[in-house]
Amino acid sequence: MMKRNLSPLDKISIVIIALLALVPFQGFVYDLFMMKVFCFAIFAASLNLLLGFAGLLSFGHAAFFGMGAYISAYVMKEWGLTPELGLLCGVLCATVLGYVFGALAIRRQGIYFAMITLALAQVIYFLATQVPFTNGEDGIQGVPRGQFLGLIDLSTSTHMYYFALVVFALAFLMIKRIVSSPFGQVMKSIRENEPRAISLGYDVNRYKLIAFTLSAGLAGLGGALKSLVLQLASLSDVFWHTSGEAVLMTILGGIGTLWGPVAGAAIIINLQNYLANLGGWSTIATGAIFVVCVMAFRRGIIGEIAYRLKIKL
Amino acid sequence: MFELLGITPQALVSQLLIGLINGSFYALLSLGLAVIFGLLNVINFTHGAQYMLGAMVAWIGLTQVGHWIGMPEFQLNYFVALFLAPLIVGLFSIVIEKTMLKRLYHLDHLYGLLLTFGLALVIEGMFRHWFGALGNSYPVPELLQGGFRVGELFLPYYRLWVVFLALLVCFATWFFIERTSLGSLLRAGTENPRLLQALGVNVPLIVTLTYGAGCALAAFAGVMAAPIYQVTAVMGSNLIIVVFAVVVIGGMGSIAGAIVTGLGLGVVEGLTKVFYPQASSVSIFVIMIIVLLIKPAGLFGRSN
Amino acid sequence: MKKTAIATLAASCFLAAAMPVHAQTVSDNEVRIGVLTDLSGIYSAIEGPGAVLAAQMAARDFGGQVLGKKIVITSADTQSKADLASSKAREMFERDKVDMIVGNVSTASALAAMEVAEQFKKVSIVTGAASLQITNEKCTPYNVHYVYDTYALSRGTGKAVVDSGKKTWFFVTADYAFGHTLERDTTEVVVANGGKVLGSVKHPINTQDFSSFMAQAQASKAEIIGLANAGGDTIGSVKQAAELGIMNSKQTVVPLLMFTSDIQALGLKQTSGMTFTEGWYWDHSDANRKFAERFMKEFKGKAPTSPQAGVYSATLQYLKAIDAAKTDNSDAVMKQMKAVEINDGLFRGKIRADGKFEHDMFLLEVKKPNESKNPNDVAKVIKVIAAKDATLPLAQSKCKLVTN
Repeated sequence: MMKRNLSPLDKISIVIIALLALVPFQGFVYDLFMMKVFCFAIFAASLNLLLGFAGLLSFGHAAFFGMGAYISAYVMKEWGLTPELGLLCGVLCATVLGYVFGALAIRRQGIYFAMITLALAQVIYFLATQVPFTNGEDGIQGVPRGQFLGLIDLSTSTHMYYFALVVFALAFLMIKRIVSSPFGQVMKSIRENEPRAISLGYDVNRYKLIAFTLSAGLAGLGGALKSLVLQLASLSDVFWHTSGEAVLMTILGGIGTLWGPVAGAAIIINLQNYLANLGGWSTIATGAIFVVCVMAFRRGIIGEIAYRLKIKL
Repeated sequence: MFELLGITPQALVSQLLIGLINGSFYALLSLGLAVIFGLLNVINFTHGAQYMLGAMVAWIGLTQVGHWIGMPEFQLNYFVALFLAPLIVGLFSIVIEKTMLKRLYHLDHLYGLLLTFGLALVIEGMFRHWFGALGNSYPVPELLQGGFRVGELFLPYYRLWVVFLALLVCFATWFFIERTSLGSLLRAGTENPRLLQALGVNVPLIVTLTYGAGCALAAFAGVMAAPIYQVTAVMGSNLIIVVFAVVVIGGMGSIAGAIVTGLGLGVVEGLTKVFYPQASSVSIFVIMIIVLLIKPAGLFGRSN
Repeated sequence: MKKTAIATLAASCFLAAAMPVHAQTVSDNEVRIGVLTDLSGIYSAIEGPGAVLAAQMAARDFGGQVLGKKIVITSADTQSKADLASSKAREMFERDKVDMIVGNVSTASALAAMEVAEQFKKVSIVTGAASLQITNEKCTPYNVHYVYDTYALSRGTGKAVVDSGKKTWFFVTADYAFGHTLERDTTEVVVANGGKVLGSVKHPINTQDFSSFMAQAQASKAEIIGLANAGGDTIGSVKQAAELGIMNSKQTVVPLLMFTSDIQALGLKQTSGMTFTEGWYWDHSDANRKFAERFMKEFKGKAPTSPQAGVYSATLQYLKAIDAAKTDNSDAVMKQMKAVEINDGLFRGKIRADGKFEHDMFLLEVKKPNESKNPNDVAKVIKVIAAKDATLPLAQSKCKLVTN
């Protein structure tokens, strides 16, 4: 095994995971809340991957999130598959959908790309309202937590939490690997200077498509995990507001950082929870955060911290 | 033949007419958006909220202002609102542009989109908080009530008024931008602001006024919508992505494109409501996908 | 090294700050009732904050205490979304140790909350949602459906209209489970009473423009245009039907589900003469009026809607059941609730084995603008529909609690 120095980012990551592992033993944070954060953090991270490393903003990522949620909810409830297989099915379907959508959208740039992804997601939303297996407005409810590998019962809150934490940690490890891999380096060069990358002989569209597909699969993982944690897959998962929320989380946390999406997800979900009983305040606060981020805080919270400390986060 | 499709020719024609009416409304709404994007390169997501503000100002003028100034009988009627609401909303939008939007011009237009999206949420949240979710009813002005029968169909005067006014304003805007010298100044400002500035034209002022005018167009559409749709805080957010789709399909820089697409969309949506009504909300997006695949810059767009 | 330490510290502080500081008060010396409903979304006028007030009034009227334990009312907002309903219900039961949840307007969120309640073996009482499924196919042993359902609406409004001689119908239906169920139940009534359904059109939920659908209804020449939708969709349909001149002697628009809050939003001019069915109306009896007056004092002069009155009554009954059963154990309480005859001045009837609260329904007619003495005075009761006529007979029920 190669011995290499752990970067500050690696060290911080280990500390964070360790802290998260202690959550079930304290009484301050509700573990369901934390698990919800994991799901949305993965979702936001998938968008971050696309935006921060490939420079593509998608407005339709809820389609993959929702697809992951519906498919895994369905196979776990109707076919009785175990959770890890359920997640796998969700991710696979989201990935395939991502490849198809990506192939259609990649050829366009900027706002046109964003609008095509939005339009495709709206089609998925429409299909979700019509197709019988999704149960329309009711959604797929009562998804069983099942038994991991047929051995560990996940209906206990603590077991479910650790399962979710492991999935979360693996997802982020994978993202980190992708970013620092040769593929990630090429993506970065494409984002920074596309014409030069083309002149160097890289098939830019193919790289973008791969990035998009990976991002879709990751979003699907977030959705699948969510359907397991909350035991429900519903139309909200595919609605365009959910795509918008993910964009907000990504920006709030900091585009291009690893932990940004987690911070963004934690803050937004927390905010929505607290303000939910106060009428329109939740929307007002969400909007205000968007405005503040764009005007003054463009690096996002984690991005800002990383900038000040001159390290990568 | 028509009977096989399950619909009589008269019914089909009446649906097409309704479609055209709605289409002219979409055209008016997308016009403001197209102007702002075409001339400023700003994707104004606040458009839906500004549309709602127009309707709200009209409603407040009609029902609330009297109470505020102690003269309950006092009313700002519909026709006054048609002028006043766009003015108020336009001024408000100018403030937004001068304090916030201006600072983002040098960045990727993503940021403008995100800012305007955030502002839309704030504005809508505030109105939802004050006025609740069900909203308020705004009556059709007395002068325009009633209608006439064309065969089986009853055409309300008000809807015809909407078509007339919308097409008038659309044409006037198009004419102003594409055919007058002031309009050509605006267009020059988009293509080469520095040169224009060097020639002594106050470009920032023009930009600000254009933004205000585009938003005023949204508010104008809002006042026109108030007697037809319920005046609620979320009336804009329901429409905004459809309007965006219209502008994108028409070609983001093109005024004529927005108008033609708006009308076309109204007709397509009308037909969908007859043959496959559940899909009426999604028909525009399917069209957008098809159009963008064939013509990447939209039907009338200029690719740059 | 120093930078890493600072960074780690910053990250931990950050994470800690981002976490909600909810001290878990695990107090089982309290009876906790959670009002779980749409507080800020599309159906918030039907129950909303008024429902929370209603529950608080019930707790106060009961004396603030039951079996010596304090009564605590909490609330959470579902925004009529199934996933929020599910997670909020779970939060209430798991983290906040709530004993009973009451409320819910959208059927989807009601079903989601019921599911979670069954999992945790806690009582759920649905007051605002409509679908018959709640006590039919989707019934649970811990659930009560309190105020009304689609069966009652069809037997009320549907039957009354057909009996008045108007036999041909056209439906404008919201394209989701509730709309479909309401259309189906009303069609049954229409056909069983000699009427005919000439056609129907399904529109997406939250549609803005109904002109096309109304034109299709008009073209069908049906005497009755039945609106199988709710909230904003009903309001939009009525408004645009009026605009297109459909409300005349040849055709009538009948909203199959309408609340007093919808009438107030539309105004009496557009709605006068319409008939609708409710499980309770504030101006019907002295007891109702007394309750309404007390409610209005604390609720900006707005009279309670039927679901809000339902929340009050349901909360009161729940507390009475705990008192009588001498425990807050859900099985015992449910048994008690289904055993007694309920008569609290607002509602009178009995909760059946499938959880349906069988009580009289009321057919109302919207008043003309000059008949109305104040903004709350919107309708009058024209017929009382007996409980047994308004409720699905147990013999026809598909509820698993009844069919075995």
